[in-house]
Amino acid sequence: MDDLLYARAQMGMSLAFHIVFAAAGVALPVLMVLSDLKARRTGDADYRLLSYKLAKGTAILFAVGAVSGTVLSFELGLLWPEFMGQYGEVIGLPFSLEGVAFFTEAIFLGIYLYGRERVSPGLHLFSGVMVALSGAASAFFVTLVNVFMNDPSGFTPTPNGPTDIQPLVAMFSPGWPYQTAHVLLSCYQASAFAMAGIHAFVLLRHPGSAFHRKALSVALPLACVTALAQPLVGDFLAKHAAEAQPVKLAAMEGHFDTERGASLRVGGLPDMETATTPYSLEIPYGLSILAFGDPHAEVKGLKEFPREDWPPVAKVHLAFQLMVGTGSAMALLALVTLGLRWRKREWPSGPRMMRLWLLASPLGVLAMEAGWLVTEWGRQPWIIHGVMRTKDAVTPVPHLAAPFWTFTLVYLFLGAMVTFLLARQVAGTLPGRESDDAH
Amino acid sequence: MPTELVLGFAVAGTFVLYSLFGGADFGGGVWDLLASGPRKAEQRALIAHALGPVWEVNHVWLIAGLVLLFSGFPRAFSALTVALHVPLTLLLLGIVFRGTAFTFRTYDARGDLVQRRWGLVFSVASLVSPVLLGMCVGAVVSGRIRVEGRVVVSGFFEPWLTPFALAVGVLALCLFAFLAAVYLTAEADSEPLREDFRRRALGAGVAVFLAALGVLLLARQGAPRVWQGLLHEPFALALHAVTALSALAAFALLWRRSFRLARVAAAVQAGFIVLGWAASQYPYLVVPDITLQATAASPAVQRVLLVALVVGILTVVPSIALLLRIFQSPPTRR
Repeated sequence: MDDLLYARAQMGMSLAFHIVFAAAGVALPVLMVLSDLKARRTGDADYRLLSYKLAKGTAILFAVGAVSGTVLSFELGLLWPEFMGQYGEVIGLPFSLEGVAFFTEAIFLGIYLYGRERVSPGLHLFSGVMVALSGAASAFFVTLVNVFMNDPSGFTPTPNGPTDIQPLVAMFSPGWPYQTAHVLLSCYQASAFAMAGIHAFVLLRHPGSAFHRKALSVALPLACVTALAQPLVGDFLAKHAAEAQPVKLAAMEGHFDTERGASLRVGGLPDMETATTPYSLEIPYGLSILAFGDPHAEVKGLKEFPREDWPPVAKVHLAFQLMVGTGSAMALLALVTLGLRWRKREWPSGPRMMRLWLLASPLGVLAMEAGWLVTEWGRQPWIIHGVMRTKDAVTPVPHLAAPFWTFTLVYLFLGAMVTFLLARQVAGTLPGRESDDAH
Repeated sequence: MPTELVLGFAVAGTFVLYSLFGGADFGGGVWDLLASGPRKAEQRALIAHALGPVWEVNHVWLIAGLVLLFSGFPRAFSALTVALHVPLTLLLLGIVFRGTAFTFRTYDARGDLVQRRWGLVFSVASLVSPVLLGMCVGAVVSGRIRVEGRVVVSGFFEPWLTPFALAVGVLALCLFAFLAAVYLTAEADSEPLREDFRRRALGAGVAVFLAALGVLLLARQGAPRVWQGLLHEPFALALHAVTALSALAAFALLWRRSFRLARVAAAVQAGFIVLGWAASQYPYLVVPDITLQATAASPAVQRVLLVALVVGILTVVPSIALLLRIFQSPPTRR
């Protein structure tokens, strides 16, 4: 691999790792506050224990998210100095506001976690709400930077860098409502599905455990609502991409030839030699409807664009298929679950449904990672779409293999540690083992 | 005052606050490593107790400074990340291990062995990170980072691997250890424990003095511009006078066991050391090729950054005040 590829791999790996923790940092406080509220309303000890456990989980995940986020903010410069040197000022505003949100998140998390016995119940709950709000604000602002990279605005590019900079225009580049909503939903969805899966797993082995049924009743509503809302928001985002980044949309679909009434491809493997996507299921007029809401609309194919501007088509297409596939599976499961909830007037907890929720538990994270790969690979070879190429942004520092492998090993190790610690947290709630949890 | 100067002050301000809070946090790790005597366990417990609620907050100052630097002075940021790629990467590893080890240790309280292992990771990372941070600062002031146009031409090792840079690293370590020890005297809830940290604070204070002397002696060769600034600029001399006075005050107050006041004096001392550094290299952000004025973002950007700064201050300061008020140790002093 050359140094550019190592730099991209390191950035990608750092982000892939960080995203999981950042998402948990956004969503777990909401679940924590919800169970805290239920505990207050009902006086139920299980809900109190649940909010306690979720607070600990939040603390562990937030710490790892905070340090991996620190790494990322340095890596922006360490790996892409030309990008930051020229465009740091254009996108500085959302980053600064993200910094403020990160501050309030850390402060109120400190109060929530360590202040249970020191502050009034009202202030304690308020702190939890502040943590949840700050987490959402953080994700919102940082996504705005990515929106800018996909569809930049608010400056005039020159060979010597940007001029006529309008920071507010750059901060709200076109398409911002769709992408920020898509990302925020994905955070809640991924975390709620993961949490539901964990409790479903315990319920399969210990059916009827009251604690885990209640935990499920906190996770399932959020999981179902987000799973149903996400495809709608995703559709808006795809329509925006069709306008702003047609080459990305073409790669997502493995769509080589410009055509009217284009069909939607499900699955398939793009073949660069023949410029076709064999083995796919084609839905007539589907792509034209998806992209422009009109069955006869013209959809530009990859051949419309110079070869050197193509993203890695096969990767983008596969990642997109994975995102849409897992998203659909989750939406379907949400529909079935809500149907059962409506008929039986309680959240399902039977073994068949629990097995489905267990199977679905990694899908949210998978969809989130796949979706992020779609947007990042799909933007290549540009770091800022149409303005700066990734290869022109990379650092001149040699031997980038060394930091790449170091951080890869460190992150693998940390990932394993976090999994182990969270598993111990859950183990402490298994029926008959509650007293294990000394801390 | 021109906006870029206000932003420059803001960057320096975040570095001051990072030293006062994050620095003390690193220092806590050092004393965790050096815990000894009959109250070894109590010392470690006090450190963990004092850090717990605030350590995440302490480290956000670094991010705040970084964000202000790259939004307000993008070309300086990009030159620094190229020239200091290696030590900054190592510093990052230190920060990652330190933060995660502390959390893992706190939230996985079973088994002494596991706890001790995380404790060791935590304190070794706390020892290494400040030295690297100081070496980066040393490289920046030394004038050995050379930039032509947009290209860093001075290599990736030479500027920070010098005796001067290393001396600055050692000074940072001693200063952070000193701050932490002084803070902990005021946090301790028993007399013997307080004496433990008083002795450590006095020892670390002497180490700070020696390290500062070393930096000063090496500066003549290692950082000629700063040497000039240190000795000849009137405002720099005034800053150093304040530093010296507060250092003496901190020492005297420790000696007389006025721990609350000693804490203030030590914080003033550390803050003025950082401000003195910033003043001695003004108007350069990267000595001697990049000035504050030359690298400043466009005026429109500077204006919004100032607004963001005000929003940030109005949000963060009351919240931090609340946090500190809640977690100030219960009144145990006489």
